Amino acid sequence: MAEIAPDASFDPARPNPTGFDPEAAAATRRHFWSRFLVYAVLTLFAIVYLVPLLVVIFNSLREQSEIARNGLISVPRSFRFDAWAQAWGSYCVSGTCEGMKRNFFNSLAMTIPATIISTILGAMNGYILSKWRFRGSELIFNLMLLGVFMPGQISLMPWAFLLGKLGLTNSTYGLVLIHVVQGISFTTLFCRNFYVSIPDDLIKAARIDGAGFWRIFRKIILPLSPPILIVTVIWQFTGIWNEYLFGVVFTSGQQQPITAALVALTAGGTTARAYDVMSAAVLIGALPPLLIYLFGGKYFVRGLTQGAIK
Amino acid sequence: MSTHDLIVPAAAAAARPWRERLGTMVPILVLAPSIAASFIYVFVFTLWTLYISLSNSSLLPTYGFVGLDNYASLWANRRWNIAYTNLFLFSGFYIVGSMAVGLLLAIAIDQRVRGEAAWRTIFLYPLAVSFIVTGTVWSWLYNPVDGIQAFVRGLGWTDFSFALTANRNTAIYAVIITVIWQSSGFAMALFLAGLRSVDPDLVKAAQIDGASVFRTYRRVILPTIAPIFLAVAVIQIQFAIKTFDLVAALTRGGPGVSTTFPAIYVYDLMFQRGQIGEGAAAAMMMLAAVAVVLVPYSLWIVWRRRAEGRNG
Repeated sequence: MAEIAPDASFDPARPNPTGFDPEAAAATRRHFWSRFLVYAVLTLFAIVYLVPLLVVIFNSLREQSEIARNGLISVPRSFRFDAWAQAWGSYCVSGTCEGMKRNFFNSLAMTIPATIISTILGAMNGYILSKWRFRGSELIFNLMLLGVFMPGQISLMPWAFLLGKLGLTNSTYGLVLIHVVQGISFTTLFCRNFYVSIPDDLIKAARIDGAGFWRIFRKIILPLSPPILIVTVIWQFTGIWNEYLFGVVFTSGQQQPITAALVALTAGGTTARAYDVMSAAVLIGALPPLLIYLFGGKYFVRGLTQGAIK
Repeated sequence: MSTHDLIVPAAAAAARPWRERLGTMVPILVLAPSIAASFIYVFVFTLWTLYISLSNSSLLPTYGFVGLDNYASLWANRRWNIAYTNLFLFSGFYIVGSMAVGLLLAIAIDQRVRGEAAWRTIFLYPLAVSFIVTGTVWSWLYNPVDGIQAFVRGLGWTDFSFALTANRNTAIYAVIITVIWQSSGFAMALFLAGLRSVDPDLVKAAQIDGASVFRTYRRVILPTIAPIFLAVAVIQIQFAIKTFDLVAALTRGGPGVSTTFPAIYVYDLMFQRGQIGEGAAAAMMMLAAVAVVLVPYSLWIVWRRRAEGRNG
C-alpha cells in the first residue's frame, strides 16, 4: 500500500477511464459484494420484522373460513372490514358483547391523565432539581431515580391495600394514580437531565432582574422545553398504554384497559379461534402507540436512548 | 433600592423577610408531593412487602411474624426452581441474541445505506407495541396447526416441524426468539448512536494503516463503544428479571409450568393461590436480583465519572 489513490472514496459508478486496471476491478467487485451483503442482511431482517405485522393486518381483513382453510400465513383472497367492526363493537368476551371499544376508552381515560400529570410533575421536579438546588436535592433526585428500577411486583400488595382504602379498586382512577406515582421517576429523570444543560447564567440574570420561581419557569424554561416534553409525553403514553400487570391485577371485566382485555379475549380456547376478529382487536390495541411511533419516531428513539444511557 | 427600603413602613419591612422566606420555600413546596410519593413508593412499599414476606399472610395480609419461613418454602419449591432456571437461560440467550442481531443491524445501517430512516423504522417498530400484542401474535405464529409450521408444510415440505410452544422442553426458546425479535431494535439504536460517536479520524487512521473493514470494527470501533455493550446488558437483565407480560400473552407459563418466570410466579402466588406471604418473598427476591445487577453497575458508573473528572 505504498500508493494511496488521490480519490480515497472509490466510486464504482465511474470506472477508471484510462483502461483496465486489475486492482481497481477487484476492488469494484469486492465493493459490489460487500454492498450486496449489507442490503441482503437488512432485507432479510426487514422481512422477519414485517411479516408478523403483515400477517395480522391481512388476517383482520380475511374471512375466518379462508383463514381456517389456508392457515394464518397466506396471501389474502378475501377482503372485508367486518372483523374490525366486530372487534370494535360487538364481539363477545365472557358474556358481554361489546367488543373492545369500552376497553379502548378505558385505556385512553387512564393514559391521557396519567401522562399529563406525570409530565407536569416531572417538568417541575426537573426544573427545581437542576435550577433551584438546595441541600439534599441531589439525594432526593437519587431517591426518585430508584423508582425507575423497582419491579412492579414489590408494590402490588401495598397498592392493593391503598387502593382499597381510597375506594379506587377496579377503577381507572386507581390506575391513573399508580401510573402517576410510578411515572414521576422517569419524567423527573428526563426533564432534570435536559434542564441541567440550560446555562445557569440565564437563570441568574433573570433572578437579578427580579424574576421569581414561576416567572423564570414560564419565560425561560418552558419555551426551551418542547423537545424534552415531547420525548416525555411519548415515553409515558406508550409505556402506560402498553402496561399490563397493574391493569390485570387491579381491574376486571368492563374496567380493564385494552392490554388486559386482549389477553382475556385471546385466552378463550374452547371455541374455534376467530383469528379475523382477534387480529383486528390486536391491531386496535396496537394502533395508538404505533401511530405515535410513526409520527414521532425521532422523539421516541431519543427517549429510548436517553432513558437507557443517563 | 436601599433608599426605597428606608421609606417602607415598619410593618411592610417586617413582612418582607417573611415573604422572601416563603419565596425560597416555593421550590421545596412544589417538590414536596413528589418527594412524598417517591419516598412512599420506594421505601414504604418495599419495607411493607418485606414485612409481609416475613409474616404468615395467606389470603389477606396478616402480621404474625414467621421469620424466613416463606423464603425457605419458596426455595424448596420446584416451580420457583423452574422459574429462576428459566430466568438464567432466558437472560443469557436474550442478551447475547439481541446484542448480536442489534450490532449486526447497526453495523449494516452504518455502511451509508440508502433509506436509513426506513430501515431504522422497520427494526424499531416492535418497541412501540406492547409485549401483550407481540406475545399474542407470536403465539399464533407458533401454533402448529395455523402458524409457521402449517405455512412451511403448505409449501411442500410436509414433514417440517416447528412447534416450540407445544413442547415443555422447547417452549422457553419460543419466548427467547420472540423477545429477541421485539427488542434487538433497541440494542441497534444504542449501538448505532455509539458507532456514530466514534472519532472519524481514528477510523481513517486505521484504514490508512491498511486494516480491513472487519479488523477496523474489531480492533478500533467496537472497543471504543464497549461501555454501550455493558449498558445494554444491564438494561436487558433488568427487563429479563421483570418479564411478565410477554410470557402471560405468549405461553401463559405453560405448557404445564415449563415457562414459569419469577414475575409470573409472584402473580400466581399472590392472586391465584392466596399465598401472599410467599408471593411477597418471591417479589423480594426479584428486587434482590435487580439490586445485584444495578448496584455494582452504578458504583462502576460513579467511579468512572470520578476517574474521568480527575483525568480532565
